[in-house]
Amino acid sequence: MRSTHAKRWLERVNMTDKALISVKDLSVAFTQGDEKTLAVDRISFDIKKGETVALVGESGSGKSVTALSVLKLLPYPSASHPTGEILMNGQDMLKADDSEMRKIRGNAVSMIFQEPMTSLNPLHSVERQISEILKIHRGMGETQARQRVLELLNQVGIREPEKRLKSFPHQLSGGQRQRVMIAMALANEPELLIADEPTTALDVTVQAQILELLKQIQRQQGMAMLFITHDLGIVRKFSDRVCVMTDGKIVEQGPVADIFERPQHDYTKHLLAAEPKGEPPATDNSKPIVVQADDLKVWFPVKRGLLRKTVDHIKAVDGIDVKVRQGQTLGIVGESGSGKTTLGLAILRMISSTGRISFSGQDIQENSWKEMRPLRRDMQIVFQDPFGALSPRMSVADIVGEGLKVHFPRISAEERDRKVASTLEEVGLDASTRNRYPHEFSGGQRQRISIARAMVLEPKFVMLDEPTSALDMSVQAQVVDLLRDLQKAHGLAYLFISHDLKVVRALANEVIVMRQGKVVESGPSEQIFDAPQTDYTKALMAAAFRLETAPEGVVNA
Amino acid sequence: MDSQARDELETAGYDVYNPLPEETVPPPVKMRMSPINQRRLANFKANKRGYWSLWIFLVLFVLTLFADFLANDRPVLVYFKGDFLFPTVIDYPEDRFYDDELALAVTDYRDPFIQDLINEDGWMIWPPVRYNYRTVNREIPTTAPTPPSWTMDKETRCKQYPLGVDDPNCIIGNWNWLGTDDQARDVLARVIYGFRVSVLFGLVLTLASSVIGIAAGAVQGYYGGLIDLLSQRFIEIWTAVPSLYLIMIVSSFFIPGFWTLFLILLAFSWVALVGVVRAEFLRGRNFEYIAAARALGVSNPVIMWRHLLPNAMVATLTFMPFILNGSISTLTALDFLGFGLPAGSASLGEMMAQGKNNLSAPWLGISGFVVISLMLSLLIFIGEAVRDAFDPRKTLA
Repeated sequence: MRSTHAKRWLERVNMTDKALISVKDLSVAFTQGDEKTLAVDRISFDIKKGETVALVGESGSGKSVTALSVLKLLPYPSASHPTGEILMNGQDMLKADDSEMRKIRGNAVSMIFQEPMTSLNPLHSVERQISEILKIHRGMGETQARQRVLELLNQVGIREPEKRLKSFPHQLSGGQRQRVMIAMALANEPELLIADEPTTALDVTVQAQILELLKQIQRQQGMAMLFITHDLGIVRKFSDRVCVMTDGKIVEQGPVADIFERPQHDYTKHLLAAEPKGEPPATDNSKPIVVQADDLKVWFPVKRGLLRKTVDHIKAVDGIDVKVRQGQTLGIVGESGSGKTTLGLAILRMISSTGRISFSGQDIQENSWKEMRPLRRDMQIVFQDPFGALSPRMSVADIVGEGLKVHFPRISAEERDRKVASTLEEVGLDASTRNRYPHEFSGGQRQRISIARAMVLEPKFVMLDEPTSALDMSVQAQVVDLLRDLQKAHGLAYLFISHDLKVVRALANEVIVMRQGKVVESGPSEQIFDAPQTDYTKALMAAAFRLETAPEGVVNA
Repeated sequence: MDSQARDELETAGYDVYNPLPEETVPPPVKMRMSPINQRRLANFKANKRGYWSLWIFLVLFVLTLFADFLANDRPVLVYFKGDFLFPTVIDYPEDRFYDDELALAVTDYRDPFIQDLINEDGWMIWPPVRYNYRTVNREIPTTAPTPPSWTMDKETRCKQYPLGVDDPNCIIGNWNWLGTDDQARDVLARVIYGFRVSVLFGLVLTLASSVIGIAAGAVQGYYGGLIDLLSQRFIEIWTAVPSLYLIMIVSSFFIPGFWTLFLILLAFSWVALVGVVRAEFLRGRNFEYIAAARALGVSNPVIMWRHLLPNAMVATLTFMPFILNGSISTLTALDFLGFGLPAGSASLGEMMAQGKNNLSAPWLGISGFVVISLMLSLLIFIGEAVRDAFDPRKTLA
């Protein structure tokens, strides 16, 4: 088995050379047509054996491109390396040819990706998924490979691994999928594990478990880790050294404690200061109730058999009471699949439900879609994904002006344009950019456009469905400030749905904690955040604010 | 802003802003192509074969649109006794030129007698080819089908004219460049008119079936549920009907013209785009910006038209050249079998059938083949270039 020989040899070399991998003067350029853009600009860093180095930066800073160039996974030849070398045990990876790289990938260096659903092949069972790498790199047979797969599944904490061998990715939860990904990455006991935002797509409680697992495996095997993330909380807790990247350059690197205590570079200071801050509006029970829902239920029928008889229901929202007052914010928190978004959509009558819903004292549950249309002016939604929520074929002025066209069809084009321009200014965008298309804007700017689209109609009630979770930390803070300012200026009632408890804490004065369609705990936000009553809420808080895992059984695996 | 709208805004709680006169100038509308369309155009041009095919096709199409001025049995312009006449556009009776009881209702300008009358009191300009698709050449030197004129010497060519080699009508304008068919009609003229009929028929059929297909696909995809289920089953049954037999049966009841043939073919060709458009709408209706539009209270038809249709257009435009090709070859096939356009019309399929029946006259089959294959190849090349242009992997790369 050649690869094992090679590995032993590599290990011997390691003894003499302390840095396992050293990136020197690396640049990455992308060529598109005649244009050449530099994504990574002359960066250098080392990773020692058994060390975790975090690469922190906002989206577009070049951190993922750096990680991918270590494994030469970039789309060559449109990507190229004008300068630099990546030395792993004295060998320059950038000069290695394809067959040499294939021996390294998944063997000496392996990688975990962000999205566990799309990085597993949906047509392969867990066993086939993991054993493939073993067969390729170690030439293992069927029985030998199965033994090792079971061992790995045990190691990554999948319960009853024998039963899981034949499962397909869609049968696993997000956390389990990421565990399978980790098992795949660990299969050949790599020396370096590259983790590209491995927990961004996961719930906070699951995130804490996965981080814990990675740390534990690292201790056992003594492997090095290159950890790419935008979450400073994770960096502080899990890495030894940190490199701060922006615009393709590493602006600062050093031990975690140093960087967090004494940041030198302005950008690092800016990143560290970018936590969502500020106080939610004060609770005031004298304000009129804008939206109220009593015993709201959204049940999706499960139909079986020839006659499609309803045998069961999936209770997405199961008897929830909601009350939002003018100028106040109700936060809804919970893990993915807990029914938060469904609840919000049901309140806005975007999906059908049962139970009483009233809007400004008017009962709207029985209204038809047509009867709802005039009311839509007063109730608006801001969606999560700033890229998906804007039609790519319409200019910003058209997107923001569309609601005006529907609700005020008689106002002139100039008046509409002026209204659009002043709303764009209000959300902090340059109104002269309104004839551009969404793709010319950054994620944060796009989210501002989404907010402008909701605000141009001067609504009374806005449902904010995870408006900050697709944004970078510093942009998140700005959007939170913007939302708070708009609320103050217009006395808006917010229904704020998020799994990000830090943001909810900065915006909501009342909180409902949801789990599996039911309310676990509700009340004023200080009480929920500072003195949670139920185990579930406690676990959620611990995971979100301290990245701690909960005892078994409290949260979902 | 009119006062009514101002009131409406004010009651709705807006601060109505009173603009200064110079502020009421509407914002400049930028008429620039979005970058993605610029890249598509560049991709289209980068496919040299398709780009040149488009130009060749457009030139041929525009030329054949003016076929009446290219190949006709009437002069383009006549100057007679101080008047200008336009025989290609207006039918003049023969008594416009002379008074006689025997005068025909429609002038035969190929008649030497009429020609002499006109030339005495004026002049006339003939198109380059002095036949149209149904003109029977009465002066053919051999029995029809006659070979192309350039294969014969001047004597044979002019054999049938009254004055032989010296006849003023035995000139290059009366050549049969590609010979004649078995009814002594000029093949070149029939090919020019046949090209026009085929392309126009194809274009009209493609447009109509696209409009119906897109509308049906859009409704099915957007509303889904029972509408979608029933329509899909209907389409499955409908596509299983053997349309060729149906057309044969229908055309044995009455002789189909251009529009009846069009309607029969349309009844079966509209399903071509339904699948693609339905899929695009099914995908698109779950986009967040569709949900956003619904939350704004935008009505369903507007959402379908403004937000979803642009997405489906990419798939549709990619398919369209191929549907056009299909329509043309269906028409040609029907004509070949004798179930197509009425006898006597300019039709490439009928020429192919003649070529099959007159193997000793290869100019028939070869002319028909070259024109049909040129037309279909050009369209396929254009279609390929369009497909390249809309390929998301190329536009986003």
